[in-house]
Amino acid sequence: MSSTATIVSLPDQATARLPKRSYLNNEQGLLSWLLTGDHKRIAILYLISITFFFFIGGAFAGLIRLELLTPQPDLVAADTYNKFFTMHGIIMVFLFLVPSVPATIGNFLIPIMVGAKDLAFPKINLLSWYLYVVGGIMVLAALVLGGVDTGWTFTTPLSTHYLNTHVITAALAIFVAGFSSIFTGLNFIVTIHRMRCPGMTWFRLPLFVWSNYAASLLMVLGTPVLAITLVLVLLERVFGIGVFDPTKGGDPLLFQHLFWFYSHPAVYIMILPGMGVISETISTFSRKRVFGYTAVAFSSVAIALFGFFVWAHHMFIMGVSNYSALVFSLLTMLVAVPSAIKVFNWAFTLQKGSITFETPMLYSFGFLGLFTIGGLTGVFLGSLGMDIHLTETYFIVAHFHFVMVGGMLMAFLAGVHFWWPKMTGRMYPESLSKLAAVTTFIGFILTFMPQFILGYLGMPRRYHAYPPEYQVLNVLSTAGATVLGVGYMLPLLYLGWSLKYGAIAGDNPWQATGLEWQIQSPPLTENFIETPIMDHEAYDYEWLEQKKKNEVTTVG
Amino acid sequence: MGISPVLWQFLVKWLHSSALFPAEASTIAPYTDALYFFLISISLIGLVFVTILILYFSLRYRRDKNPVATQVEGSTILEATWTIIPLALFLVVFVWGGLLYFRIYDPPPNAMNIYVVGKQWMWKAEHPGGQHEINALHVPIGQPVQLTMISQDVFHSFSIPDFRVKREVIPGRYSTVWFQATDPGTYHIFCTQYCGTLHSGMIGEVTAMTPADYKKWLDQSNSGMSLAQNGERLFASMGCNACHSGNAAARGPNLAGVYGSKLTLTDGSQVLVNDAYLRDAILNPSQHVTAGFAPIMPTYQGQISEDGLIDLVEYIKQLQSNYRIQQTFVTAGSNQASPTTPAVGTNQDSVKP
Repeated sequence: MSSTATIVSLPDQATARLPKRSYLNNEQGLLSWLLTGDHKRIAILYLISITFFFFIGGAFAGLIRLELLTPQPDLVAADTYNKFFTMHGIIMVFLFLVPSVPATIGNFLIPIMVGAKDLAFPKINLLSWYLYVVGGIMVLAALVLGGVDTGWTFTTPLSTHYLNTHVITAALAIFVAGFSSIFTGLNFIVTIHRMRCPGMTWFRLPLFVWSNYAASLLMVLGTPVLAITLVLVLLERVFGIGVFDPTKGGDPLLFQHLFWFYSHPAVYIMILPGMGVISETISTFSRKRVFGYTAVAFSSVAIALFGFFVWAHHMFIMGVSNYSALVFSLLTMLVAVPSAIKVFNWAFTLQKGSITFETPMLYSFGFLGLFTIGGLTGVFLGSLGMDIHLTETYFIVAHFHFVMVGGMLMAFLAGVHFWWPKMTGRMYPESLSKLAAVTTFIGFILTFMPQFILGYLGMPRRYHAYPPEYQVLNVLSTAGATVLGVGYMLPLLYLGWSLKYGAIAGDNPWQATGLEWQIQSPPLTENFIETPIMDHEAYDYEWLEQKKKNEVTTVG
Repeated sequence: MGISPVLWQFLVKWLHSSALFPAEASTIAPYTDALYFFLISISLIGLVFVTILILYFSLRYRRDKNPVATQVEGSTILEATWTIIPLALFLVVFVWGGLLYFRIYDPPPNAMNIYVVGKQWMWKAEHPGGQHEINALHVPIGQPVQLTMISQDVFHSFSIPDFRVKREVIPGRYSTVWFQATDPGTYHIFCTQYCGTLHSGMIGEVTAMTPADYKKWLDQSNSGMSLAQNGERLFASMGCNACHSGNAAARGPNLAGVYGSKLTLTDGSQVLVNDAYLRDAILNPSQHVTAGFAPIMPTYQGQISEDGLIDLVEYIKQLQSNYRIQQTFVTAGSNQASPTTPAVGTNQDSVKP
């Protein structure tokens, strides 16, 4: 291996030590964690809890794939299967994807990236984690008490009149967890507006901050609608108020409008912060400023804005008027454009760069490929006539898994691997992590590609049993899920291992330009010893070279 | 050595019977598939282009080859290019998709109508001639068939993948879909909207037959009563004819020939009388009072099933005169709650046999 194949530069391991004082050891004891106001500790609390829920949700995914190995309904009963995919959906959407990047990586980095000591409201930040935990415990309670089988969409009148499972507990859980998301968004918006350090203008912000800002707007404006909808579902279920019940003059389609008014923007809540991660990693590992910084920044805001006006594309076959369907289809096509812009901008960031292929970069390439497929198949579904055949089948399952899992989860893992040395001060084993990235990519393709074909064949989603001629493709998909499972277990093992045995990372192992890389790893509780002054653009690698030279002359 | 012949046979058979692409069994299917292949082509081109860009840049500008990066701010021309080209392609897809959507959801005027009621967890099809089927649907090929569908409980969705059609079946609201089958055979019917425990059991088969076979099937499956005849019975047993007798002095509006007409309501608005209007007016009469009549009709919400409503609607649809109503009134008179209703014959002139 030539020494030019990597940009990683670690301090001399013989003499290197973790900093004496950092946010990790500033205070000791469990209570100092549970009552902390430090955004970095809250980020770690979030990281632990969402990882826990990710593996629970993943276990349900595994059980679903296992049942679908054979066409017959032979592993579990129909009700149990319905509870599996409901739990998988609720946990993965509300307890993993929505908080994944913002509440962990965003919480940790946004104050540092804007040059602040903490978020604007540290106690609200802690409250947000507690609400998340309460929501999570309520979901687990619904699970342990016997489960819930509404599907994650809580469609009325099924959820209000026809099921006798723990709908109320599950809906209240999401109601509570929603506030955690609102508080995180609020905190980010205020911090980014009010707490930027001197010299940190809007257009010097890292793109990660821009994309989290856009996602925060969606969280604050969208989540209350979900809360209202769930309250209406509960009132209807408990008191029979008749908002959605057609026999009382209610409109069952109203629920769908309200639900998707949140849940479509929620897709962008999930993906936008991931796009921010990709901007950071691609820039760092190609040693180049992101191509067309302004276009990428504004495309995030454009996605957030358009994202509110496309919800009815979930309802093209539900008897909305043909002409309103036309309008929503057109708007859906428009929202696809900013995503295309981003993909091309990332690709052209590589041009004339000096590219290396560390683990976060491999995950980022995985993101680019899978997100491109996910985005393009979204165009299939936004196209009115095509949607009639494809919606409610495995095509749509494959599409949103490509975006949410292939896109967002890849971005999340890219981010975790990228900032792990900053969070913990230690490196993970490089070759093993590269293996995990490649395994995840292959496993993912094998799991979800066959589902596109199944979808066009017409296999409906949420089916417990299916016609035998669909079996071959289902077997392939289940085999892929096994590989994917291994790919997700690996990081858990080696990242855990690295906490004690990993190499000391030093302040800036990737030679990155962000403010977070100019401070010690792991950072001090107060982040900066003195308020930083931003005197250069974001992604200014010449400034970094200059700074390194000065350090050598003054210290050495 | 090698694989056991039994296992080999099994694998060959298994792979041979597996499906990769759905049959094209309706007139719509080729149109849908054409758009699908167009979308696949532009997606593949886009994906290959992005992949080549990334691979080429990764090889050409890797650190070994290019130790120092050249900073590039951006390029308005390039960015405009990759804004406009995708936008243009997406707009083509939008227009194409829109045309297809209208093709699939606008039934031709000569379509024959079949009613479908969805309920947990079965499909019930009702032919106008009174033939009922559960989880099955027999249709003739070469003739447009419109399905008027309604759910008795939760959301369902009626899907025939080989015909490329699908439509949500909604509680409390008629929705329609149409198709014209081209090849005789049996094809899957799926419920594609999650509807509770046995969602995956809410499946059936549509049998497309030649018109001759279809006629034979219709004759064999005849239950003796058409939907309209069932409706007539209901009309009498529920006492509808007491008010909707067609007499000038009757308390309810004359229903003969009302289907397809424009009606003026008491609030002055005009409505077109179609299946949905008739259904709503039976269940929720106070919202649908014809101008000149008192809002005295009681609601039938909860007293009549969706099947019954379809029978009534079908009856009213075919009601060209009040002769049969008044005949019914004579035979069913003993069921009447109000004995003071004028007797038959006081308005002989309105009866056109």
